[in-house]
Amino acid sequence: MILHELLTYETLRVIWWVLLGVLLIGFAATDGFDLGVGMLLPFAGQTDMERRVVINTIGPVWEGNQVWLVLGGGAIFAAWPPLYAVSFSGFYIAMFAILAALILRPVGFKYRSKRESARWRGNWDWALFVGGFVPSLIFGVAVGNVLQGVPFRLGSDLRIFYDGGFFGLLNPFALLCGLLSVAMLAMHGSAWLVLKTSGPVAGRARRFGSWAAMATVLLYAAGGLALWLFVDGYRIAGAIDPNGPSNPLAKTVEIAPGAWFANYAAHPWMLAAPALGFLGALGALWSLNSGREVRTLLLSKLAIFGIISSVGLSMFPFILPSSVMPGASLTVWDASSSHLTLFIMLVCTGIFLPIIALYTSWVYKVLWGKVEEKDITEGGHAY
Amino acid sequence: MTPAPAGKKQGKPMELDIVTLSRLQFALTALYHFLFVPLTLGLSILLAVMETVYVMTGRAIWRQMTKFWGTLFGINFVLGVATGIVMEFQFGMNWSYYSHYVGDIFGAPLAIEGLMAFFLEATFVGLFFFGWDKLSKLGHLLSTYAVAIGSNFSALWILIANGWMQHPVGAEFNPDTMRMEVHDFFAVLFNHVAQTRFVHTVSAGYVTASVFVLGISAWYLLKGRHIDLAKRSITVAASFGLLSAVSVVILGDEGGYLASEHQKMKLAAIEGMWETQPAPASFTLVGIPDMEARTNHYAIHIPWVMGLIGTRSLTQEIPGILELVDKAEDRIRSGIVAYDALQDYRAAPSREAVPPESVRAFEEHGDDMGYALLLTKYVEDPRNATEEQIAQAAWDTVPHVPTLFWAFRIMVGIGFVNVALMAAFVVVSARGTITRRPWLLKAAVAALALPWIAAEAGWIVAEFGRQPWSIEGVLPTVAAASSLTVPTLLFTIAGFTLIYSVLIVIEMRLMLAAIRKGPQPDHGPEAPLLPARFVPAE
Repeated sequence: MILHELLTYETLRVIWWVLLGVLLIGFAATDGFDLGVGMLLPFAGQTDMERRVVINTIGPVWEGNQVWLVLGGGAIFAAWPPLYAVSFSGFYIAMFAILAALILRPVGFKYRSKRESARWRGNWDWALFVGGFVPSLIFGVAVGNVLQGVPFRLGSDLRIFYDGGFFGLLNPFALLCGLLSVAMLAMHGSAWLVLKTSGPVAGRARRFGSWAAMATVLLYAAGGLALWLFVDGYRIAGAIDPNGPSNPLAKTVEIAPGAWFANYAAHPWMLAAPALGFLGALGALWSLNSGREVRTLLLSKLAIFGIISSVGLSMFPFILPSSVMPGASLTVWDASSSHLTLFIMLVCTGIFLPIIALYTSWVYKVLWGKVEEKDITEGGHAY
Repeated sequence: MTPAPAGKKQGKPMELDIVTLSRLQFALTALYHFLFVPLTLGLSILLAVMETVYVMTGRAIWRQMTKFWGTLFGINFVLGVATGIVMEFQFGMNWSYYSHYVGDIFGAPLAIEGLMAFFLEATFVGLFFFGWDKLSKLGHLLSTYAVAIGSNFSALWILIANGWMQHPVGAEFNPDTMRMEVHDFFAVLFNHVAQTRFVHTVSAGYVTASVFVLGISAWYLLKGRHIDLAKRSITVAASFGLLSAVSVVILGDEGGYLASEHQKMKLAAIEGMWETQPAPASFTLVGIPDMEARTNHYAIHIPWVMGLIGTRSLTQEIPGILELVDKAEDRIRSGIVAYDALQDYRAAPSREAVPPESVRAFEEHGDDMGYALLLTKYVEDPRNATEEQIAQAAWDTVPHVPTLFWAFRIMVGIGFVNVALMAAFVVVSARGTITRRPWLLKAAVAALALPWIAAEAGWIVAEFGRQPWSIEGVLPTVAAASSLTVPTLLFTIAGFTLIYSVLIVIEMRLMLAAIRKGPQPDHGPEAPLLPARFVPAE
């Protein structure tokens, strides 16, 4: 017996679609607050000491959190190779901007406080702001473009051609999604700062967090409305074999208004995702001033979970529609790795993801508690 | 012998086309990333060793050493992380056809690297720096081990991926999906090329860290500063470094042996071996390889040595470049047959409808299809290639011989220097005469840059020497790149160059400042973990 055939190709593809969501949500829920804290750094911290406190709330954990992104890249490569190939080559300049901004973070955290100079530290503070703001914005802009369809074509040998440019990405709907992403991660970063700091920094974080949570609710509603009114969805016309070979050219796709809402009509339980998006953000807004800091962070995570899930569910089974050659759109049924690779990767994920969850929780437990000024002045290990 | 293709000037400057620029960017970012990785690999282990001694004996000096070398580790580590993110996404950005064509196999080790290794390393590195006062001694030691294990496992998975590029096993082409798909994952995992390259590469990292610790400690001794810390650091680094330096050479030799099996052209180019020699072949110690005349000038040969390295026998022949070019030409012709048969697969509505003769032709010639793709550099459809283009494509399988020839000799030369340096330090360190040997200390300071030069040269031998293939024999680099534009690529190359240049200047200055500042005073001694009678007297 061949072990990997215990699970059908179709099942594995659905599992890997879910895992794709898990990785994106894992990234947004963990490194998301690091990005949010980066954005808030120059505002939440007014003095040098306050800024060091802000940086040191994430100093010991951001590196591990960022691995969600790296793992996301690797897992998309392994499980959805066409998605990896089309999206990153298509969004080339946008990806470059993300990478350039993300490069600033590790060095910014590590190098900022190694010299006393105020100018040196001020420059790094703004570099860390860029390292938080730019990726947050572009990730959202990218999602906004994916929802509208991306201008790529596939040759008969599945070579990829991209017809758009960088500035084409910056359309109104995509920018709306970008702002939603910024607001959502700023809310998340604030919730983290409220949990990990005290005094004026926590006070400012509460204020920024309230604005960001409100903005998240409004922008998410506006995004949903705009998606309904102005963005055509995609649907597969005719039959597609969910167990068929991964060749995106073997199907027909049509563009239809409202198609991105069809899944909710067919499966009303999916409405739980947008509902959680709203409830999470509203809950975080209500909880921010209550002193229940852990609850606020969890509600903010819930909002992230709901918002990202709702994008995935709206599009299912599409993962990257093509606006210029709809038939070449990448879907769950024709853009995955082989049956065997999906199975092997599932086994590896099944073994290691729980282990990662265990030791990550342990690390957070060790680092539990608020960061105070004395943590920075004593010991000499702080950033 | 194939006649030299007309109009093909081997020595002409590279054109600024998409493939060349994509390669330039990849080389730039990979070589830069590889400035930081070897030190991380080795220093993480040295930190674990030093901290183990501290925890076992309770001697504060070892904790001070761990913290001091840990500070330097951190300055280096962040740039490795920052530039590693770029590597993770660059395959998709610049090599989209590659990503589609081999993602089914190549993506898996990268993802497992994240799951098994990088998560461990990155999660615990925070505790290494921030956990000194929050963890028990054992807890902190375990964190340090996790960082060392994580970074070394990380290298394992990256080299399994890379080993597959050098020697693609366990996969075959699927005409339905137009890509390579895995059929034997264990073959990919236990690819002996990958295993050899892993041990060779991490050993080189250990040598790098040992030379780093040795050089800086030697500088302290010459200046008469931090004598206790420097002497102990030298003892650890020299013994660890000697073992590693020997391992680098042995595994490098093993790599050469495997190359004679799987990458004959790379080996022939490294040796500048144009003609097949009667066994056992001689080794060209130095010479000036000439791509135009296809010979070496002023060559000095050592009889027998090449035959021994390449085949471990005195009777087996090693094929020369010219013979290999002839063979490549045969495989290109065979690949065209496969390519032709593949078109019938693509035209057929279902697998059953493919003409049986095409199925047979693909089964027979499918392994050579990558060779037909070499022609896509000259002609859209390989089946329309002229005789001249086929001859040209066959010559393209020869990497730039002088580059490989010299990069290899630089790498090997430094490898032997490192063995000698480490051996000398082990001896004087054991005799306790180290402070009476200032010339040796000066040599260690002077040797500081050598492992980095060797590592970069090694990358050039391995990856530049793989050209014209991105996947050896399967996918040529010319066919692997994304359909980007030249201005876009120039923009990102300029961008990466600018960011990376600024960062390396900052890094070097912070590193030098931290070295000049030296170790920071630490608290007093603590109780040893070991019973007192097992702790040796200082």
